[in-house]
Amino acid sequence: MKNVLATKRGIVGVGAIIGILAILLQYFGNPVNMGVCVACFLRDTTGALALHRAPVVQYVRPEIIGFVLGSFAASFLFKEFRPRTGSAPIVRFVLGAFAMIGALIFLGCPWRALLRLAGGDLNAILGLLGLFVGIWIGTLFLKKGYNLGVTQKTRSSVGWVFPIIMVGLLVLMLLNPQIEGEPQSGVLFYSIEGPGSLHAPLIISLIFGLIIGFLAQRSRFCTMGAIRDLILFRHMHLFLGIAGLFVASLIMNLILNQFNPGFADQPIAHTMHIWNFGGMVLAGLAFTLAGGCPGRQLFLSGEGDGDAAIFVVGMIAGAAFAHNFGLASSGAGATSAGIVALFIGLIVCLLIGFTMRERV
Amino acid sequence: MSKLVDARGLSCPQPVIKTLNAIKTADESEIVVLVDTDTAKENVARAAKSKGWNEIDIKEEQDGYRITISKEG
Repeated sequence: MKNVLATKRGIVGVGAIIGILAILLQYFGNPVNMGVCVACFLRDTTGALALHRAPVVQYVRPEIIGFVLGSFAASFLFKEFRPRTGSAPIVRFVLGAFAMIGALIFLGCPWRALLRLAGGDLNAILGLLGLFVGIWIGTLFLKKGYNLGVTQKTRSSVGWVFPIIMVGLLVLMLLNPQIEGEPQSGVLFYSIEGPGSLHAPLIISLIFGLIIGFLAQRSRFCTMGAIRDLILFRHMHLFLGIAGLFVASLIMNLILNQFNPGFADQPIAHTMHIWNFGGMVLAGLAFTLAGGCPGRQLFLSGEGDGDAAIFVVGMIAGAAFAHNFGLASSGAGATSAGIVALFIGLIVCLLIGFTMRERV
Repeated sequence: MSKLVDARGLSCPQPVIKTLNAIKTADESEIVVLVDTDTAKENVARAAKSKGWNEIDIKEEQDGYRITISKEG
């Protein structure tokens, strides 16, 4: 059977739908220019579980749960659920952690970088340039024979673990619902101010997340792959997906009169150009070495890829470190600890790139 | 004679890199690529077409797909 969503029109359509749903999520309550942000939302979820204690970014984001379960449903339905693992998991964990730290220095993953630009936040241009450079460095390693080794087919239960963890998170949310004005409900933490306090109703976030997860699994939507394939093979296919996302969200913002171009005073952003750029160089390089943007890693986790799931767990650990050690930027800008972590991350990624290589 | 590329167990973009390398160095008119995910199957087929290897035959096997690509003419 032909996979319609993996065609040219399919991938553009999926990108556009993601863009529209993201802006609608903002309309329903998500933070501005953050209708969907995989890094931010994993970070908020990390905070809700008290793995970091930054009070303004604590909320289990149902979009994340939806992404994984939507992809799980699609892969099951179309017989693509393939439990597999064993391709350098610990390296993927480290790449996930540094990808998150890089993204939190910029304040957003590639998805949010596109949404920020579509909302007029010109600082995102620096982030996207950084992403491009990071991915370009990654392609140099790929050309030299870099890879993380083969993965192994494994038992079904391995593939079920991550989707079940997501169901567990949803159950936790339902058992510990948000109490207005309270920072805690049972075991879960909820922001009462800041971006973590801004969210669409649970059911809308969950349903939109499920739709995006389902479509993205079928279409193989990947923001890093979009740029990587363009640089490496001159293939436009995945790039059409992110173009669709950008154009659709830009049009939505223009219609809703929420396009505010400029550098200063942009929502959940800072104007330190070098670190906006540098943070995304690190994130882009880490995503490329790990073979997928953070969204794609969630979708792969849903279709049984245990290595992608480890990358996501690495991102959660990275988010915890980013806030516990003060590495994440804020509206005021990057922190000196964050800058140190950025350089450590770059060195680690380069070492991984140079050493994980197939002898040819 | 056909050339064999085993890309099973490799994640993106390795199957495509290996296929394109094989196309670049191919003396044969036919290349067989083994992959084990649907994503890799689509990507390899798309990459082959972009290089003018338009005859594509995909057979499902027990642990993936056997993709035979060849040049027209």
